[in-house]
Amino acid sequence: MPSNNWEAVIGLEIHAQLLTESKMFSVDSASFGGADNEYTSPVSLGMPGALPTINRRGVEFGIRMGLALNCNIRTRSVFSRKNYFYPDLPKGYQISQFDEPICEKGYVDIYLDGKPKRIGVTRAHLEEDAGKSTHHGDYSLINLNRAGVPLLEIVSEPDIKTPQEAAEYARTVRNILRYLGVCDGNLEEGSMRCDCNVSVRKTGEKKFGTKVELKNINSFRFVEKAIDYEINRQISCLESGERILQETRLYDSTKNRTYSMRSKEEAHDYRYFPDPDLLPLVFEQKWVDEIRATLPELPLEKAKRFQTQYGLPEYDALVLTQERAVAEYFENVAKLSGNAKASSNWIMVELMRELKESEKSIEEQKIRGEDLAELIQLIDKGTISGKIAKTVFAEMWAQGGRPADIVKTKGLVQVTDRAAIEKWVDEVMSASANQVNEYRSGKDKLFGFFVGQIMKVSRGQANPDLVNQVLKEKLKK
Amino acid sequence: MINVQSVAHLARLTLSSDEEKAFEAQLSSIVQHFSEVEAVNTANVEPLITPTDITLVFREDKKLAVQTAEEAMKNAPERSGNLFKVPPVV
Amino acid sequence: MSKNITELDLSTLVEKIGKKEISAEKVTAEFKSQIEKLNTRINAFITVSDDCLSQAKEIDRRLANGEKVGRLAGAPIAIKDMFCTKGLRTTAASKMLRNFVPTYSATVVERLRAEGAIVMGKTNQDEFAMGSSNETSHFGACRNPWNFDYVPGGSSGGSAAAVSARMSCAAVGTDTGGSIRQPANFCHLVGVKPTYGRVSRYGIVAFASSLDQAGPMTRTVRDAALILEVISGHDEKDTTSATKDVPKWSENLSAQLRGMKIGMPVEYFNHGIADDVRATVMRAADILKAQGAELVELSLPLTKFAVPIYYLIATCEASSNLARYDGVRYGHRADFSKQAAADLEEFYSRNRGEGFGSEVKRRIVLGTYALSSGYYDAYYKKACQVRRLLRQDFIEAFKKCDVILSPASPTPAFKIGERIDNPLEMYLNDIYTTSANLAGIPGMSVPAGFSHNKLPIGVQFLAAHFEEQKMLNAAFAIEQNLKLTAEVPYAIQ
Repeated sequence: MPSNNWEAVIGLEIHAQLLTESKMFSVDSASFGGADNEYTSPVSLGMPGALPTINRRGVEFGIRMGLALNCNIRTRSVFSRKNYFYPDLPKGYQISQFDEPICEKGYVDIYLDGKPKRIGVTRAHLEEDAGKSTHHGDYSLINLNRAGVPLLEIVSEPDIKTPQEAAEYARTVRNILRYLGVCDGNLEEGSMRCDCNVSVRKTGEKKFGTKVELKNINSFRFVEKAIDYEINRQISCLESGERILQETRLYDSTKNRTYSMRSKEEAHDYRYFPDPDLLPLVFEQKWVDEIRATLPELPLEKAKRFQTQYGLPEYDALVLTQERAVAEYFENVAKLSGNAKASSNWIMVELMRELKESEKSIEEQKIRGEDLAELIQLIDKGTISGKIAKTVFAEMWAQGGRPADIVKTKGLVQVTDRAAIEKWVDEVMSASANQVNEYRSGKDKLFGFFVGQIMKVSRGQANPDLVNQVLKEKLKK
Repeated sequence: MINVQSVAHLARLTLSSDEEKAFEAQLSSIVQHFSEVEAVNTANVEPLITPTDITLVFREDKKLAVQTAEEAMKNAPERSGNLFKVPPVV
Repeated sequence: MSKNITELDLSTLVEKIGKKEISAEKVTAEFKSQIEKLNTRINAFITVSDDCLSQAKEIDRRLANGEKVGRLAGAPIAIKDMFCTKGLRTTAASKMLRNFVPTYSATVVERLRAEGAIVMGKTNQDEFAMGSSNETSHFGACRNPWNFDYVPGGSSGGSAAAVSARMSCAAVGTDTGGSIRQPANFCHLVGVKPTYGRVSRYGIVAFASSLDQAGPMTRTVRDAALILEVISGHDEKDTTSATKDVPKWSENLSAQLRGMKIGMPVEYFNHGIADDVRATVMRAADILKAQGAELVELSLPLTKFAVPIYYLIATCEASSNLARYDGVRYGHRADFSKQAAADLEEFYSRNRGEGFGSEVKRRIVLGTYALSSGYYDAYYKKACQVRRLLRQDFIEAFKKCDVILSPASPTPAFKIGERIDNPLEMYLNDIYTTSANLAGIPGMSVPAGFSHNKLPIGVQFLAAHFEEQKMLNAAFAIEQNLKLTAEVPYAIQ
């Protein structure tokens, strides 16, 4: 563990692939998959004379995300060329934005252990993705289906202090991207990538230490682990008198360590200059205002509203609003059932557990919002007990369907008929004569035992309140 | 003096030793020639890239299959199926 | 008869074909036989279309069926090898692309074809259009049809030679710093570089994106205006193409210049200008005056910086534009069978080092240097700032005049080999032409006489952005008065 007199300075560069139909600068498909080099065009292949054009939706998505990150949107920004040679980069340069990005000076609020923290966003800019190379020993193969797919690169301020904050920041950005529908935020598939800049310095020191860039991190858990490893590595280096090299290190999740890329490439000299094939990216403020007007309620706003409107605890509200689909599901159930707290509990406990175990999303499962609401109402009306409800829920998860139907066909309706309950109570008391005697001689704790037995013989259908009442009366005698 | 060798490396160009020598002298004289431009006062002058006032027209986000993978590969010096083949990149 | 056909200009040929006085096939066959006769000596074409006769037959068939044919129906046109032509080899005169066959056509080529033009083949040029003499071509120098010992100019030298030697009735070229106007000037042709943004650059091998424009090279002003009408106009594939309407320049030509003000910048008549050239321009000025124009003296003090900032900007953009030629997806791949590449860097360096010729490499090195860390502000940024000032000078100048008259080049054509070893001297040849590219304004050269040793001399006209009609009219006045269009190059007579 890092000793107390060191502190880490962390900044994240998040690359988000935007969910456009065509590529950022060409008409070929931006979809995942495709046969080898099927989604290409003379433009994305960098053929002689091919020229880029600007995808309106790509820009719109950039503005949407910029607004959600509380950025200033520049109505005049510039596309520049970043020049370097690599086989997956067809033109020998990447079209990106350099000194005049479309989004600047924003922030993201995150919650960690119930405490809010604001992380600055330096900038977010539009650029194009590279293709993919696969390695086969003495040769490599290049597929350019992904070359030219729009990316938004979101650069944070070095405001992040711990690995946990970094992961939470990344999760929050992912949630916003998904809320806006501009990126599916999948780290494993690489549609969202987190590069982490990490340095350490003595606590209280004003100057930054030498920064190391971590790449190849494909889950939020690994964001935390990679940074944690790197902080410790840097501290031990410095404590043993070594120097930190400014370099890019890759994270190996199987060994949980970072290792140097050991590129013998000279210090990069990207020779940025404005792309003369593209005019400056100029649009009217009116367009920005229109996009702002269509922004959905974002996770944190929603969480605040859930607290006031539904009286949910902060924790519940934060959990339920991470995914837009879950939040919408909750609101639907809460409204239809008229019981927000129960809706929250069922979703957070039962439904989310099942989703996690089955690795499904809320859209992919069988329980419709109105069915869960009905289940809650059945409990609230006393038609079924909470225990029965869990059985019904399991059936709903497995097969789908309306809970009232399940209760009916499986005969699970709660029994509130006093005569029937007296019969079960009598049955249990006569079968456990010894325990009855013990209870009557003062062993009060046995009351629970009787209740359990009664529920068992009634197959859970006995109304618990009535059971308590009848049992107490009969045991007194 | 321009270090032609290091610039040629940045540009990924093998030069013959004759070229290297000739370029050094020629480029120096061209750069020398350019140095006259330093005399022009450009304070607060915005650099000009596109010299005509042209209104930006966006492309609508519609995908279009403009070529097949086979066409993409047509001029490839070396290929494996429909993938471009190069020396190992790692 | 055969001589007659190739002596006709494009507008006349199209008219005669349209009236079925001659067949498109016959016209194409005549020009094709001229290619067969002269190309081995002049080296104007790198690749000749093997389907030009069938293209012509298709025009004849449509005419016979009463179908609509285009404004250029049956006109044999040569295409500079910078324009991609689907299915027809496109080399940019480089070893790098010597086997490259595009799967798409440049918008200019598509528009020419849509109007019925016959693509005769792909013409010689300086490699990647980098040169002023056509001597840097991988496929060898091209000769000036007026005197085989002389260069045809460059970079569109093959296009100029092809039209001049009656191997096609017109050509399209590209002009980054004078590459249409200077060879037109050297070969007794009309050559137009339109306003930047008039013509789509899609599918044209890029040299310097903010300077490149395509344009026509013809024997008459009317032909140039007609081709320009066909190839101009917004193209959704080129963001830098303008959405301005395209006027009917060819129909609006007028040699009557009453009220027109002709500016003559003092800086364009300084040192280095050949006596023959000066005299030719002065005679042109007299003609314009006689046609009713008023001559205005002007100053464009930044002119002396045009060549240095041009070379800086052009090489910077080129160094990046030419990065795509890496031998991965297309283009020259070095032979690694005997000696494998030690690493990726060597792989790239050998492909590129072998694929590019010396002039191209020299410019890539210069551009790479000027963009590299620590030099950007002093070179590229500075050049772009001066570029804005230079453009401003022209905007001011065009408040005082309608067109500018100047020499197109300080001297007539020079001998092959004479300047190739001195790049700086070669670059200075572009002194009168580069400003138009930097400022984005239209410019053209028009034949205006001959030197003492019987080499063509033209004059240049410049106009304000999108004011092509004014300079075409001034050039038309010169053409109508001097009546030099029928002159045939001595060397091919």
